[in-house]
Amino acid sequence: MLDHILSILIFFPSVAAVLGFVVSKEGFRAYGITVATIEFALSLWLWYAYDAGVSGMQFMEEFSLIEQFGISYLLGIDGISLFIIVLSAFFTLLGIVSLTETRRVKELIITLLFLEMTMIGVFAALDAILFYVFWELSLVPMLYIIGAWGGPKRIYASVKFFLYTFAGSLVMLIGMLFMAYFYHEATGNWSFSILEWYRLILPESFQLWLFVAFFFGFAIKVPMFPFHTWLPYAHGQAPTIGSVILAAILLKMGTYAFVRFSLPLFPDASAFFMFPIAVIAIIMIVYTAMVAYAQEDVKQVVAYSSVSHMGVIILGTFALNVEGISGSIFLMIAHGVVSGALFLLVGVIYDRRHTKMMDQFGGLASVMPRYATVFGIMMMASVGMPLTINFVGEFLSLLGFYQQSHMLTLLAGLAIIVGAIYMLAAYKKMFFGEVTIDENKKLKDLNKTEYMGLIPLTIITIWLGIYPKPVLEPINNSVESIVQLMHDKAITEDAKAKIPNVREIKQGHTISHGEAH
Amino acid sequence: MLEPVNVSLASLNIMTLTPMLIAIIGALGIITIDLLKSNLDKSLYVMLSLLVLLLDLGSLIDWAGVFTENGTVLGFFDVMLMDGLSILAQIVIVGGSMLFIPLALTSKRFHEFSYPEFFALFLFMIAGFQFMVASDNLILIFVGLETASLALYTLIALHNRSKSFEAAVKYFTMGALAAGFYAFGAMVFYAVSGSVEINQISAVISATGNDNIAFVLVGTVFMLAAFGFKLSMVPFHTWTPDVYEGSSAALAGYMSIVPKIAGFVVVMRLFEMLINSGVVWLEVVLYVFVVITMTAANIWALVQSDVKRMLAYSSISHAGFVMAAILIGTTQANTALFLYWILFSFTNLGAFAMLWVSRQKELPAGQSSDHPFEKFSGMIKTMPMAAMMMGLFMLSLAGLPPFGLFWGKMYMLGAAVSGGYTVLALIMALNSAIAAYYYLKLIVYMFMREPINNGQDYMVNASLSLKTMIGLAAVATIFSVIAVDPLLEVITTFVYNSGY
Repeated sequence: MLDHILSILIFFPSVAAVLGFVVSKEGFRAYGITVATIEFALSLWLWYAYDAGVSGMQFMEEFSLIEQFGISYLLGIDGISLFIIVLSAFFTLLGIVSLTETRRVKELIITLLFLEMTMIGVFAALDAILFYVFWELSLVPMLYIIGAWGGPKRIYASVKFFLYTFAGSLVMLIGMLFMAYFYHEATGNWSFSILEWYRLILPESFQLWLFVAFFFGFAIKVPMFPFHTWLPYAHGQAPTIGSVILAAILLKMGTYAFVRFSLPLFPDASAFFMFPIAVIAIIMIVYTAMVAYAQEDVKQVVAYSSVSHMGVIILGTFALNVEGISGSIFLMIAHGVVSGALFLLVGVIYDRRHTKMMDQFGGLASVMPRYATVFGIMMMASVGMPLTINFVGEFLSLLGFYQQSHMLTLLAGLAIIVGAIYMLAAYKKMFFGEVTIDENKKLKDLNKTEYMGLIPLTIITIWLGIYPKPVLEPINNSVESIVQLMHDKAITEDAKAKIPNVREIKQGHTISHGEAH
Repeated sequence: MLEPVNVSLASLNIMTLTPMLIAIIGALGIITIDLLKSNLDKSLYVMLSLLVLLLDLGSLIDWAGVFTENGTVLGFFDVMLMDGLSILAQIVIVGGSMLFIPLALTSKRFHEFSYPEFFALFLFMIAGFQFMVASDNLILIFVGLETASLALYTLIALHNRSKSFEAAVKYFTMGALAAGFYAFGAMVFYAVSGSVEINQISAVISATGNDNIAFVLVGTVFMLAAFGFKLSMVPFHTWTPDVYEGSSAALAGYMSIVPKIAGFVVVMRLFEMLINSGVVWLEVVLYVFVVITMTAANIWALVQSDVKRMLAYSSISHAGFVMAAILIGTTQANTALFLYWILFSFTNLGAFAMLWVSRQKELPAGQSSDHPFEKFSGMIKTMPMAAMMMGLFMLSLAGLPPFGLFWGKMYMLGAAVSGGYTVLALIMALNSAIAAYYYLKLIVYMFMREPINNGQDYMVNASLSLKTMIGLAAVATIFSVIAVDPLLEVITTFVYNSGY
């Protein structure tokens, strides 16, 4: 069964969703929770069976889909995708458990299960076209979730989300076809396998163009400044569950794709574009932090803070060294957990008051102390307080980039402090002071459903903040092999200098250790 | 003194005519049955037509076997041409017709299907299209084209509504103009080369080089205009939305597929020859045509308020997209054209059939056309299955993987990239993104708005036969990924062995 566990992980939720059409409305929530629990258990089993000592792909599956054009059904995971897959299964389960939506729950859960299929598919696919299939398919359930269960301007928000991403992806598709064409020219065979593409060394000018083509697809998804405008809309109008999945998993597709495609395929272009992208990332961090500070709607604050943190992830990724990339992948998971939790928390208060405006609140700490505590922990994690999960990722990302540029890292560090300002300000507005509005005096504290969603997230936030090793180690192993691959493939002096030679560094360590003894 | 012409029957190779003859005999048979006993039910004629088409398809598959073994076969003084291209195109034509004809079995009674002439004309039309693709003789192509078009005008008019007459007359007028252009173009080519066969013309033009370039250009322009009308290229497209609106949804879907593949094959034969013979400017002109057709049609489609008109513009845009294959001209591009069109026929017929099942006999008060977007509001709540089917076809038309049309689109873009047309590939990709908006618009209406009625307006026209066809189209759309590999293999060999 382990030979096909990735296929099972991908298609189990979708098969369950199709069968779910038959299940009656009354028991549907139980059905959804059961399916998601089985899926999560399978993903934990995957983690258990995963050999952390191996850096390459594991659990590979392959068969040819379109032989004439080199498209195959090729799956496999390494330390980078493993945890995002576990996270996807975890958040789908969490989302269904803590679902407070009452309108057409059955349709919503079926949609979520389809979404889960596409999410896991994206992270497990090693064939570019297969990746593209899942990448594009993930738009449809999200479109429906935002468009059918969202706020008043939901249709505009959902269509904008769809069209932005779709347009970017099509440019990426051209890039993929080019890549396959170059592969064909070089070897005489068509292939869309990423692993085959890794072996291809392209001239720098081609790399630059292809990097840009892929960049459009990924940057819109992340979303990077200036393509980020669809995200606040989508978050603002989406129902809680939509925002949670969007922030926790869907945005990670973009940053994951950078690590999976852009860096190893185009090492020279990555080095070439390192500083421009770092500047964009810093603009993204600073600008969206400032915008977040100006928001009146607490969900928008969380949405913009989420964009801001994605900037740190990008910065870490484009440090092009092991610390930076590992840090950015860890931060992807951390950001997923923390921003997912924050959106859940916003959902909690929205369910009670049906408003997200911060001036409608104030003094909630005295009325809902437990809620305030959880919110406080998550907010601290979001601003990157030590001993929380975000800190590890942010620290490593910045550490990685520090080796490339001191100035830019310093700027990014300052921006994170700005992040602390707006988060603390928002917290102050909502929780401290007198309770001025009568309605707020009778608010109930967290209930059982909400606890079931929030407690696991709080535990993870603190546990991985204190002891990140179980997650960090497999990530590190896989990242090392990617960085080594990039170093070996790089053809320009600039790239060779920027991308460290991991093997040498490691050998250097062992030698110096030997001397010390 | 003229030599007596001795022709042995064997050298005529009469077998090359079998596929068309089957359709023609079938049509005559239907007329004969009507003469012997009139007022028979339409279901008889539908099934008879289906059987005739099945025989036709069988003979084509037989021909496909002959082609794989012996290569191209010529017949009737080399007028008939049974190469891979013509066999493939005929299979698409007959297959598309087989998908269409069961749509006549609606639960409501419509005027045209009660006449056996409808089915006879339909089969004559198919024979016309088959002649058109199975020849490289400009005169036979013309005869085929006119046979098919005249039958088609009548089929549209038979729908018996004032808009249908308007559509038929409009189509007829435009078609007559196009036929005139075609005749002029053919005449000029004959004047230049002394032949009406495309390969002879090609040889002469290549040999004489630029001596007669002015005449060749005039001929090319006439041909371009003629096929611009037939394939509804912008700016010759103006008849399309009106004609689609006037004809029944099923026939509109049919018109967006079968006549066009016939046109594409002739264009492929003619224009790729002209490009290869080095006719100056032709590539640029085609490039402009392709880009304008795709883009302009997309932009018009954005502002339509009726789904059928929207689909009409969208099919113009798809035709422009596919026309890029003629421009690129590689084997991969020509293969992509056939792959795209086969996948497109399933999806597009499915979409039009979905409109057909929701077709009321009379327009309800306050509804300005047959299929306004509002009619589909909140369909997911009243008719979830139908809404999902329609949504599926829209997503496939938008080119969302893994549904049918995506694979055609991907292969076409791949052909553009390999052929060195990078900018064109980018324009094509961006056009797909624009197109996504109007397909999405229908999805938004169906899935995200509140219903305006309890669903009695959809599926009024549904019957088992229609539902089966829609189900077939849906299955083909969803599981197309399995079919792509074998399709590509067959199409590539056929196209390559025909020298395209």
